[in-house]
Amino acid sequence: MGITFRKETFRDDFTFNNSPEHIRRFPFPFHEDSYMYAVNIEPHVVGPKGSVLENLIDVDEHYVAEMQDRALVLAEDPLRCQSLPHMTLAGWDLLELLMEQQALGYPEHFTLTRDGDRWRWINRPLGIDDTFTFGDTSTLPYGPMEYITRQSQGDFCILDQRDGNLWMDAGMVTTQADWSLDFDIGMNFFEWHAPVPLAHEKGIFVRALKFLTNIQQGKPARRLNWTMTINPRLDTSPENYHKWGPDRATVTPENLGDKVHLRVELQSFWRLPRSNGIVFPIRCYLIKMGELVTQPKWARRLHRVIRDLPEELATYKGLTRYRPTLVEWLSKLDDGSATSPGFGPD
Amino acid sequence: MSTGTTKLDVVVSDVVPVNELVTRFHFRRRDGELLPTFSGGAHVVVEMRDGDRTRLNPYSLMGSPLDTREYTISVRRDDVGRGGSLFMHRSVNPGLEMVVSYPVNLFSLDLRAKKHLMLAGGIGITPFMAQTAQLAGSGGNFELHYTCRTASLGTYADVLQERYGRRVRLYHDDRDERIELDRLLSSQPLGTHLYVCGPTGMINWVRERAAALGWPAETVHYEHFAAPQPGLPFDVTLAVSGKTIRVGEQQSLLEAMEAAGVDPPYLCRGGVCGQCETNVVSYDGKFIHNDHWLSEEDHRSGCKIMPCVSRFEGKSLVLER
Ligand code: FES
Repeated sequence: MGITFRKETFRDDFTFNNSPEHIRRFPFPFHEDSYMYAVNIEPHVVGPKGSVLENLIDVDEHYVAEMQDRALVLAEDPLRCQSLPHMTLAGWDLLELLMEQQALGYPEHFTLTRDGDRWRWINRPLGIDDTFTFGDTSTLPYGPMEYITRQSQGDFCILDQRDGNLWMDAGMVTTQADWSLDFDIGMNFFEWHAPVPLAHEKGIFVRALKFLTNIQQGKPARRLNWTMTINPRLDTSPENYHKWGPDRATVTPENLGDKVHLRVELQSFWRLPRSNGIVFPIRCYLIKMGELVTQPKWARRLHRVIRDLPEELATYKGLTRYRPTLVEWLSKLDDGSATSPGFGPD
Repeated sequence: MSTGTTKLDVVVSDVVPVNELVTRFHFRRRDGELLPTFSGGAHVVVEMRDGDRTRLNPYSLMGSPLDTREYTISVRRDDVGRGGSLFMHRSVNPGLEMVVSYPVNLFSLDLRAKKHLMLAGGIGITPFMAQTAQLAGSGGNFELHYTCRTASLGTYADVLQERYGRRVRLYHDDRDERIELDRLLSSQPLGTHLYVCGPTGMINWVRERAAALGWPAETVHYEHFAAPQPGLPFDVTLAVSGKTIRVGEQQSLLEAMEAAGVDPPYLCRGGVCGQCETNVVSYDGKFIHNDHWLSEEDHRSGCKIMPCVSRFEGKSLVLER
C-alpha cells in the first residue's frame, strides 16, 4: 500500500514528528538498563517485518522531507558532498546498490529497469524518471554518488581500501552528528577516529579496521550508535555549531518532551564490487522524548541508562548541560519495575 | 564452510584447453541469474568434491568485470601438487554442478594511479586479464609485461596482444628474452603503480628492485597465492574444540580442521589475507611456514601458524582452535 510521506521540517519551525507506527518501529538502541561503549558489530541481515531492518536500505515516512532538507544543506554548502577523482567508480557501485535495494524493498515507489548499460530509474516520491548509461557520468545531472545520495536517506561515506587501511575519499554528509566531511576527506581510518574517548586504546581500532577491511561482497555488517539532539535537527555539523550548540541551553521541564530527541544512527558497512571500496551508510533516526515515552518500557529503561551513564560518555555525547533536567523528567515515568529483555517495546 | 564467504551455486558451462598445461573453466549460475559484479584482481574459492574429500582452492577471475553472465578461471596443471589442479583437469566437465565463493579482492587496482605498470609471470597472467579489461573499459592507462617459458605456453598472450597491441610486451625464456627491469622501473611517469603476479622468485625480484630504486611500498602491489604444499602427515591437538586430528599428506591443516568440523575463518586459502591466523599453544618439532602473512619474527617465535598453507613436522602440536 506504500508509505505516506510526511510534510515536515528539520529546521526553523521544526514540524518533524513520527506517526504512531513509526514510533513503534524506532530502532531503540538499549537492550538492557545500562550502556557501555562497545564495538557491537553484527551481520546486516534482514530483520522482522515492520522494523527498520525489514529492508537492508530503509525508506520511511520522512524520506521526502529529508531529501528536501539535504537539498537545502547542499545549496548552502556544496562541500558536504565530495568525491576525490579516483572514487567515481565507487560512486557507480553505490548508485547500483541503492537503486537495487530501494527498488527491491519499495516497488510501489521505485523502479529500476536495465537493458545492458541503459538504465531507467523511476523515483515516484521525488517525481524523477531518468534514463542514463551506467558508467557514463555525462548522462546524469550529477556525479553518480551525488545523484543517488540526493535520493537516499542517510549519510554516506565511501572508503577506498589500500595499503591495509581505509581512506575517507568520498561522501555525502548532511545529517551528521558533529563531524565534518570536509575536515576528514582524504584521511585514513586512524586519523578520522582520533578524537573518540574511552575507546582510545588503539587495540579496539586495530581490530575494527581489520574487521572492516575484511568485509566481503554479499556480507554487509552493521552497528548502532546513539546520541541526543535538541530539536529535530538533521544537520548538526561543526560548520553549523553556532546554530545548534546554543539550543542545549534552552531545555526546560516544560518543553523537554518536544525538544529533546534521541538520535540513533544505524551504520552499515558494504563492500563495493567494482571499486573494491567500502561504503558506510549512516542512517539517522530521531524520536522526541514525548513520543518515546509512549512506550513505557523505553521510558523506564532510558531513565536508567541516562541516569547511570559514565560522566565522560555524557560529556562526549554533549548531554551534560541538560542531563539533570532530563533524568528528573524521565524519573517520573519510571516506577522501578523490571524491563523485558531486548530492544523492542512491550 | 560457514565461516568463509557467501556461496554461489554454479554449473560448469564450458571447459576449454588453452595449451598443454592450462585449461579454462566457465561457470554460470544454476538459477540463470547474473553473477555478482567483481573488480579486476578478485578471486573465487572453488570447492572441489573429490570422492569423500573436499578441496578449496582460490583462482583469479579472468573474465571482464563488465560481463557477469559467467565467471572464468584458468587452472594450470600441477603434477606434483596436492591434486586440486589434476582434479579440475580430469574430472570437471561441462554440466557439473559446483560451488564457488563470492569474489574477494586482495589484489585490487589503486584507482589513483596515473598509470598501471603490470608484470606477469606464467599463470600469474590471470588477474591481469580482468584488470586490463576493467581499465580498458574506463580509458585507464596501463602497460603489461608478460614473461613465459615458450610462446606455446604464453597463456592468452595472443588474446592480449590482439586486444591491446603495443600496450602488451612479451618475453620468452627459451629465446633468452628478459624484462629489463631496472630500466623499466626507472623510466615510469610519476604516479605510476606497479603490480606483479607470478612465481615467488619473480615477485621477490621485482619488489626488491622497486624498493632499491626508491618506489614507495604503497605503489607496489603483488599477488602471492602460495598453493598449499603436500607433505608428511602430522597430528594436531585442537585445544579449544578438544579434538585431535591427523593432517594427511595431500591435505592442508585448514582442510583437516574443516573435515573435523572446526571452521576457522578464511578468505584466500593462500597464506596472504591473515584471516586463518591461529595461535600455537605448545609444540615439539618444527614448523614449515609457507605463508606471506606472518612476519619472520612470528615465524621464528613458534607462536602462530597459518593453517591454510603451513605444515608441521615433529612430535606434538597443540593449537588454540
Ligand atoms: S586463509 Fe588467508 S591466510 Fe589463511
